[in-house]
Amino acid sequence: MTVGTYTPKPGAAPLPRMIGAQAALETRMLLRNGEQLLLTVVIPTLLLVLFSSVDIVDTGKGRAVDFLAPGILALAVMSTAFTGQAIATGFERRYGVLKRLASSPLPRWGLMAAKTASVLVTEILQVILLTVIAFALGWSPHGNPLAVLLLLILGTAAFSGLGLLMAGTLKAEATLAAANLVFLLLLVGGGVIVPLDKFGSAGAHILGLLPISALSDGLRDVLQHGAGMPWGDLGILAGWAVVGLAAAGRFFRWE
Amino acid sequence: MRSEPVVQVQALVKRYGTKTAVDGLDLAAQAGVTAVLGPNGAGKTTTVETCEGYRKPDSGTVRVLGLDPVRQSAELRPRIGVMLQSGGVYSGARADEMLRHVARLHAHPLDVDALIERLGLGSCGRTGYRRLSGGQQQRLALAMAVVGRPELVFLDEPTAGLDPQARRATWDLVGDLRADGVSVILTTHHMEEAEQLADDVAIIDGGRVIAQGSPEELCKGGAENTLRFTGRPGLDVASLLKALPADCTAAELTPGSYRVVGNVDPQLLATVTSWCAQHGVMPDRISVERHTLEDVFLELTGKELRS
Repeated sequence: MTVGTYTPKPGAAPLPRMIGAQAALETRMLLRNGEQLLLTVVIPTLLLVLFSSVDIVDTGKGRAVDFLAPGILALAVMSTAFTGQAIATGFERRYGVLKRLASSPLPRWGLMAAKTASVLVTEILQVILLTVIAFALGWSPHGNPLAVLLLLILGTAAFSGLGLLMAGTLKAEATLAAANLVFLLLLVGGGVIVPLDKFGSAGAHILGLLPISALSDGLRDVLQHGAGMPWGDLGILAGWAVVGLAAAGRFFRWE
Repeated sequence: MRSEPVVQVQALVKRYGTKTAVDGLDLAAQAGVTAVLGPNGAGKTTTVETCEGYRKPDSGTVRVLGLDPVRQSAELRPRIGVMLQSGGVYSGARADEMLRHVARLHAHPLDVDALIERLGLGSCGRTGYRRLSGGQQQRLALAMAVVGRPELVFLDEPTAGLDPQARRATWDLVGDLRADGVSVILTTHHMEEAEQLADDVAIIDGGRVIAQGSPEELCKGGAENTLRFTGRPGLDVASLLKALPADCTAAELTPGSYRVVGNVDPQLLATVTSWCAQHGVMPDRISVERHTLEDVFLELTGKELRS
């Protein structure tokens, strides 16, 4: 390098370029991480294929895949927006990545926008993959695509808020353990593969208030039963989204 | 060349719970290289991180390039480069990938390949960050601090744990930054590093600046320097003393072994040798012991171990 190489010429890149670069990097980190792929791709795919082809759980009348596909889509959203994002962000906080980026030209809201974009890109890939597999298993969905989209978006917002709240307040190791535990509990008790009525009517009512239950139930109402707008489930998801995002905004610590 | 300070800290106080980390610190750093020197727990990192906008002062004011690092952060961040003491990189990222990413956040970044070459990071290839050596991680953090072509770079213990070659590479880069007009604030507890690199040194202890000046100024202050020589026993010390400046002392410590204490500079050395020449004395084993920054540092901060 010659004299003048380092002569100051500071400046931030244009915002869309910064956010785009950040979202691309975050998505690459996620797709490169084996544990994350296990959670977001392998487990939902396996569950969908296994429970559709083998009669382990009584999924009620009709084909098993028609019951399972909406639940697995809900699980996919949870795995990326909640579990995956919580663990990744927890370790970014622990390794000083969030701290280092905080002194870069990228504003904090830009970092959050990039994280959201990265979650959405991953979810699109998941939905494409799982939809193709479900069709191969004989899935015949019904309903209003707009209602599905709205459910997925509100579900993403609700799970992101809760995931970031966890990542921004707990230690990275605690987040890792808790996020996986919550994933497992909600997988079983959130109407993903086991119908909620298996837990009795009182149990079903309480569990129905969980964001995963609202998402899987709403998706099932539309995709399996061809319902219109599932306002009740949308309302529950919106409530979780407001509480989760507000709490994350209030309590998130960057270091 | 002295104009507006690049960093101006006035009466800074920062507490963590009941512990006062910075206790009314004043610091003005001019353009060039400023070393912030101090024992562990002296308040160096807290001071620097307040300048970087990470911490909000409990009281006092901080201005960096004339800006408030907290309230005018958006304006300031593109103009500074930050090297944290550790971390700052995605554990799954490769060195070149992370550096290219930081470059993309800036409008006119340095040539990333040349910088990788320059800092010897080319051999990292496709290795993930977690598997880089400590020295490679440090150099990557340094590269990330300079790649955006900032006006001012903060380096928090940039050579801690580096081997001599890597330390030399870091020093060379700091020298080049300085030559190209980039200001540098670096914290260190290596006196040699401060002496080699800094135009200005601020010694911090107990959350305050206890001395500031160029390395030469700091070494000149404090205890006197010493010149020793041996010659035949019984030289006329009183006559030597008369030739020397008034504030010097001279003595024959053991027969034939002489010591002059005072402000040892080239002029003094010439005076002693010419006195020897006039008196037909061959000053064998003549040596000067100038105070190093380390002497000054230990004198000011005490010798007891810090946490």
